[in-house]
Amino acid sequence: MHVLYPVVLAALLFSVGVYGVLARRNAILVLMSVELMLNAVNLNLVTFDAYLHDAWHSGQALTLFVIVIAAAEVGLGLAIVLLVFRNRATIAVDSLRELAESDEPDEPDGSGEPDESGAAGARAVDAVDAVGADR
Amino acid sequence: MTAAEIVFVLLGVVALGSAVLVVTTRQLVHAALWLVVSFGALAACYLLLTAEFVAWVQVLVYVGAIVVLLLFGIMLTRAPIGRSDDLDSGNRVAALLVGAGTAAVLVTVLVQGFRTAYLDLGGPPAGSASAVGESLFRAWVLPFELLSVLLLAALVGAIVLSRSDIGPEADPGAGSYPGPNAGSYSGER
Repeated sequence: MHVLYPVVLAALLFSVGVYGVLARRNAILVLMSVELMLNAVNLNLVTFDAYLHDAWHSGQALTLFVIVIAAAEVGLGLAIVLLVFRNRATIAVDSLRELAESDEPDEPDGSGEPDESGAAGARAVDAVDAVGADR
Repeated sequence: MTAAEIVFVLLGVVALGSAVLVVTTRQLVHAALWLVVSFGALAACYLLLTAEFVAWVQVLVYVGAIVVLLLFGIMLTRAPIGRSDDLDSGNRVAALLVGAGTAAVLVTVLVQGFRTAYLDLGGPPAGSASAVGESLFRAWVLPFELLSVLLLAALVGAIVLSRSDIGPEADPGAGSYPGPNAGSYSGER
């Protein structure tokens, strides 16, 4: 069998997963798309294990490991999604904007400028903490 | 085309079509059920690539456990059963561009790189349970045991996250500590 058939199928499945992660709003659908991308990687691993005739069966062993990690990821991800749903009553990922950078400085003293670079981020966090302690 | 290639192409069409339906359907439960079809077709692809143990693990873990977990998640977040029109975000066009670009780049590179590569699927069975188990417990035993600890830690973490009777908001008298829940945080604003 030509190597291109499974490899191209894996590439197309990965692209479908990328589209799903970027286009879906529901957090559970985003998790499903991540599963599609992990399956594309698994197909690549199995294909190259058969292609290279690896003596240690590295591809198939790593496929099993990826399956285990996917199970752990889905368990933890669903627990986080349920916690978000319990607190916010929504799991639409584009409405969870608590950590988003806003363009206008809405802090009361204006010290937490959102367009500062990463080196100044710690000072901004300290300023926000000081504001929180003053309240 | 050999018979194996024809069967693989048919299975690939099924897997890819159901994957596209997963990311485009308007019904949340149907997305999980199309995911079962996609994973099942991929398990058959693994069987064609002589990885039979991986194929059965795929059926057991993905189809049997992960999809059931996702269905539980859909049920517990009180998703609507019928059609819901707000499943897609506003950046569908950008997502389509990124997905098509990823597909174009990957397929171009793979076709350039593996134009003359052929799989030799004969020989001794490389994917049987005994062969995979022998290599898994001879060459890969340390990552295997580490992964079992990782899975245990992840599932304990999931239990801790989803139980509501433990943690700082358990005792109603302690109102001074704001806790990780968003109600007090957004109420502060």
